[in-house]
Amino acid sequence: MGRYVARRLLQMIPVFIGTTLLIFLMVYALPGDPVRGLFGDKAGSPQVIAALRHEYGLDQPILVQYWNYMKDMILHGDFGTQIASGRPVTDVLGDAFPVTMRLASLAFAIEVVLGIALGVLAGLRAGRLTDNVILLITLLFISVPVFVLGFIAKLVFAEQLKWLDPNVSDSTNYGQLLMPAIVLATASLAYVTRLTRTSIAENRRADYIRTAIAKGLPKSRVVGVHLMRNSMIPVITYLGTDIGALMGGAVVTEGLFNIQGVGGTIYESLVRREGTTLVGLVTILVLIYLAANLIVDLLYAVLDPRIRYA
Amino acid sequence: MRGAKSAKWVAIAAVVALGATACGGGSSDSGDDSKAAIDPNGKFSIEVGEPQNPLQPANTMESNGSIVTRALFTGLVDYDSSGKIVYMNAQSVDSTDNKTFTVKLKPGWKFHDGTPVTAESYVKAWNWAAAPANKQTNSFWFSDIQGYADVAPEKGKPKATEMSGLKVVDDSTFTITLTSPIPYFVYKLGYEVFSPLPESFYKDPKAAGEKPVGNGPYKFVSWDHKKSIEVARNDDYQGSNKAKNGGVIFKNYTNLETAYEDLKSGNVDVLRQLAPRDLPVYKADLGDRAVDQAYSAVQTIAPAFYTKQWKGIDPKVLQGLSMAIDRNTITKTVLQNTREPATGWVAKGVLGYQPSLGTDIFTYDPAKAKKLIQEGGGVPGNKISIQFNADGGHKEWVEAVCGSITKATGVACTGDSKADFQADLQARDAQEVKSMYRSGWVLDYPFNANFLRDLFGTKSSGNQSGFSNKEIDTLITQADGAKTQEESEKLYQELEKKLPEYMPSIPLWYYKVNAGYSEKVTGVKYAQDGDPILTGVQVKK
Repeated sequence: MGRYVARRLLQMIPVFIGTTLLIFLMVYALPGDPVRGLFGDKAGSPQVIAALRHEYGLDQPILVQYWNYMKDMILHGDFGTQIASGRPVTDVLGDAFPVTMRLASLAFAIEVVLGIALGVLAGLRAGRLTDNVILLITLLFISVPVFVLGFIAKLVFAEQLKWLDPNVSDSTNYGQLLMPAIVLATASLAYVTRLTRTSIAENRRADYIRTAIAKGLPKSRVVGVHLMRNSMIPVITYLGTDIGALMGGAVVTEGLFNIQGVGGTIYESLVRREGTTLVGLVTILVLIYLAANLIVDLLYAVLDPRIRYA
Repeated sequence: MRGAKSAKWVAIAAVVALGATACGGGSSDSGDDSKAAIDPNGKFSIEVGEPQNPLQPANTMESNGSIVTRALFTGLVDYDSSGKIVYMNAQSVDSTDNKTFTVKLKPGWKFHDGTPVTAESYVKAWNWAAAPANKQTNSFWFSDIQGYADVAPEKGKPKATEMSGLKVVDDSTFTITLTSPIPYFVYKLGYEVFSPLPESFYKDPKAAGEKPVGNGPYKFVSWDHKKSIEVARNDDYQGSNKAKNGGVIFKNYTNLETAYEDLKSGNVDVLRQLAPRDLPVYKADLGDRAVDQAYSAVQTIAPAFYTKQWKGIDPKVLQGLSMAIDRNTITKTVLQNTREPATGWVAKGVLGYQPSLGTDIFTYDPAKAKKLIQEGGGVPGNKISIQFNADGGHKEWVEAVCGSITKATGVACTGDSKADFQADLQARDAQEVKSMYRSGWVLDYPFNANFLRDLFGTKSSGNQSGFSNKEIDTLITQADGAKTQEESEKLYQELEKKLPEYMPSIPLWYYKVNAGYSEKVTGVKYAQDGDPILTGVQVKK
């Protein structure tokens, strides 16, 4: 187990370097220059442009820029400075991540609880009315684009019923975050439900379940322990990647509800060609993805006694 | 120019989602600001995006930052709605030769930290901002001043740290000497880059950009990044535009749709602009709290004169293209009345604006358009493209303009979409525009030279099309050499009348402010730059 984890951690290093370098090169390849962009339609003074480009090291070859950036990041935890605002990128990330974290955790909680509950319900009643109704609802959730759901939710709950505020003005207020979190959770919730339902329906007929029932175990234990543990493997795999996706911020949902999170920050940095901010964000996201993946793999062993890591 | 003052209640059957605030007060108290009790210390909120740069006056170039800086800093002069100069911190700005200006300051002005505003506050601030080492984006504004070339040479190391053209005479007087006479230089002084800075600024300019200390009608309170910026009334303010409210909260919105929803649910008081989605319904939603007025900005399409296609083109061809554009219909339909058809190169609300140039090139006339293009030898290649940035909501009107041109003249026309503004700029800077490009211009100062000299001179900072014409350059030199400001204005008006003969660009339409405010506030007026005048807003009890 320990050796497995160590090996996995070592494997992360090339992945990490590869992803950051890719992003760095991609931003560099886009047409446009973050410094020139500050001046908009006006020409600006060449002296100031040169001074700014020099300050941010944009006048050096791209690989040198990347080397310097990674060196500062790993040795000093310095993610560089935003070109337009002059703020350290760590500040910018510190603003955006907590907001997205709150939204993501709320959405994640909703999709786990509701998704698994609905999935188990449908799986146990496979082929009956309940199952079909749940399948229909999840199909709707998957097929309706998120901004349409967002608009509908706003129209109904904010404008007509006046239960909730239409937009988020205080990102620490969970009451205001509830609606965007539900909208954000719907699509994933549908996937979780369907995955759970399929696994449960399949494993219900497995030999070990028949054995458990034959032994005279109560139904709650058969379903809750024996059936659930094995059926959760594909669901956990999906949830692991979904955490990463949620933390990556939902550009559309955040924009819809005026949430100043990671999604909006990524979009903004892209539009302004702020390479440093973007790589900083992506670095953290890559780490989150890698960690989530590792945890998911380790959970396999916990869930299924047949899986062992030497 | 107060549009939509008496917007009647039109029962639009198809209006969905009538907001809570619609029909709130009925019509009894509408438009009658005096009856409502005013809370002089009430604060109101306004929709803004996150300022792009630190809040240093010489470093803000975009609207989100400049509306905040303008609340915190007051410069020497400002303008009224007709484009006339109003003296603010300056008692007088005099000159005998339009080259050396003597500025006298009004007594008793203080920065928010209690230190007096002196001549030194201005001179030192300008010298600091002009130095390239301090990386202020607006530094090129000082290039008219003598000695700027030594402080910020095109190449090599600066030879001086101070511009020789700025001299402090005494505590309340200083002189500005320009490299060459500019009769309307006073107009430029209204731009926020010419704000004074307190002594405390230089200790840590970076911190000052986060917590600015100004001399304006409002004091800085706090800036919670990407959430809000708060300012409070400056009670010791000496200027004529003392705030009639207790302060302003600049609330951060990433898009206009959400801001409009919040306006309807009472979470924000003043908007600066609306999203296209809300244009059809906002007058019905807001009644006489809907704002619809012109501001000084113009949208044009410019031929890239460095391309094979347009090099040495006969202006008649461009006149023809201009007459092939049905401006009236496009502004009414595609742009939903948010623009007004242009009748010249200088926008409304600018001193020297001319309602008519005595030419018909802005009227839609397919027959004449065809004829002119033929006389001019036709459009090379018989097809044009218009470059625009896809993230700016231009696609619809570019297609409409193209359709109009093709329908009228048979010249093939396509939109050349660039992914975003950065990519668009890059192509313009690198002179890679294939045929024509979209180019807008919002006023810097309300004097017609800003729309002519700064765009069409061979060496002008805003000239990206490669347009170069000896006669226009001579006229610019003449107008800049005029004895008085009035004369200069007239000469520029004549220059504008001559432009149809050269067609440096094809003006399309003037911008309008389409916005609104909540029931909590009254006295909301919008200035020529399209921003609400914050100090005049009153908050109801």
